[in-house]
Amino acid sequence: MDAIAKATRQPVRMRGRSYVAFTFGPVVPIAGWLEEIDATLARSPGFFVGRPVVLDLSAVDLSQSAIAHLVASLEQRNIRVLGFENVDAARLTASMPPLLTGGRHCMLAPSEPKKPEAKPKSASLVLHSPVRSGQSIFSEGDVTVLGSVGSGAEIVACGSIHVYGALRGRAMAGFSGNSTARIFCQKIEAELLAIDGYYQTAEEIDVALRNRPAQAWLEGDIMKIAPLN
Amino acid sequence: MAKVLVVTSGKGGVGKTTSTAALGAALAQMGEKVVVVDFDVGLRNLDLVLGAERRVVFDLINVVQGVAKLSQALIRDKRLENLWLLPASQTRDKDALTDAGVGSIIAELRTRFDWILCDSPAGIERGAMLAMRYADEAIIVTNPEVSSVRDSDRIIGMLDSKTVKAERGERVEKHILITRYDSGRASRGEMLSIDDILDILATPLLGIIPESQDVLRASNVGSPVTLNNAASAPARAYTDAVRRLMGEAVNMTVPIERRGLMNRLLGRRAA
Repeated sequence: MDAIAKATRQPVRMRGRSYVAFTFGPVVPIAGWLEEIDATLARSPGFFVGRPVVLDLSAVDLSQSAIAHLVASLEQRNIRVLGFENVDAARLTASMPPLLTGGRHCMLAPSEPKKPEAKPKSASLVLHSPVRSGQSIFSEGDVTVLGSVGSGAEIVACGSIHVYGALRGRAMAGFSGNSTARIFCQKIEAELLAIDGYYQTAEEIDVALRNRPAQAWLEGDIMKIAPLN
Repeated sequence: MAKVLVVTSGKGGVGKTTSTAALGAALAQMGEKVVVVDFDVGLRNLDLVLGAERRVVFDLINVVQGVAKLSQALIRDKRLENLWLLPASQTRDKDALTDAGVGSIIAELRTRFDWILCDSPAGIERGAMLAMRYADEAIIVTNPEVSSVRDSDRIIGMLDSKTVKAERGERVEKHILITRYDSGRASRGEMLSIDDILDILATPLLGIIPESQDVLRASNVGSPVTLNNAASAPARAYTDAVRRLMGEAVNMTVPIERRGLMNRLLGRRAA
């Protein structure tokens, strides 16, 4: 019997868990502070829905009835008070939310609609066929072309551009302000090269470089083009 | 299995219509059943080059709009019984062509012919787009000059993106046909070389048609050059191109124009 009785006794399970709550620090006059709350609610009505609040009463000295009145005022505004901080426990009644201690400061996420999975996109683009005249390619990362880029074609990349063939069209790397982006090609016959807004047209590219493998990069405000070897 | 072939270039005046007529006639001479379709609505020329301009009653637009049946609009060549022409309308413009209408005509032609050669208008607008829309293969006519080559590059890009085949994820087989090639000027560096052209276009070569008075002469008498003077250099080049099109391995040579009395005396096999 004893053994059975022991077996049926369920131990009470307790686990620690921590939550993040908003802490309000009411200031005197309380009526003015409540108006501020109302103003916040008017801007974003659903802001406090489902978010319990802790009241930090360190800045005010409120009587038991004043505390009860404050809790009621907040409940009218659909704000649930989870507990109190920095107040004498004697001033709280049994029906009021409990006194909380040991709260630690933490950074709250600035706003609710956070981008879902803000992981950086691996936006580099590999093209297996030549880029033909009239085509325009855009990528937020690097662009690699396994072929030529025709005269009148255009490649725009936020990263670097690699062309394993002749580059006869326009190549614009570091488009969104990336001055470390580079342009590489097997054969340079480009109409225009640009990195982070600095550009050189075909006329300005050294004739000695023509038809050779080359790379272009930015040194300060100057675009450098050198043979690749 | 019928093949739809578009003859296109982007640039005008490079020899699309002449080449369509010459290739169509050469295919028909080999016993294939061929129809050449003129898509240059408003500026039709294929009927003239084929010498059928006085027999046009109904045209492509009439068929698209349901005014005439396809069989009423098709014109049979008088010299080659396997060669047919579907002429364009001269009084309308390209807006009269509809995607669905062209699609149904091509589908119907597929049931009747071995080869459907679509002669594209110049440009990249509606007429040119619809001419290439249903093609299985494309012949890109290119002259050895930079403007023509760049336009061809543009057209190749469109063949890879705007055709029904491309939209289904398949590839339109493409061939480069170089026309008006003058080996003398090319060797003097006054023209792009064949290698330069193929390097830029990265597409296989179907043939090299030499610049020749025979081509102009044939057009003026309303006869495809392959029919008018089959022994001429351009005619042989077109015939070789057609044999390659049919899967034969033919050595790529640049046919040389025989000029002058000495060459003629030296025999006809000089080239």
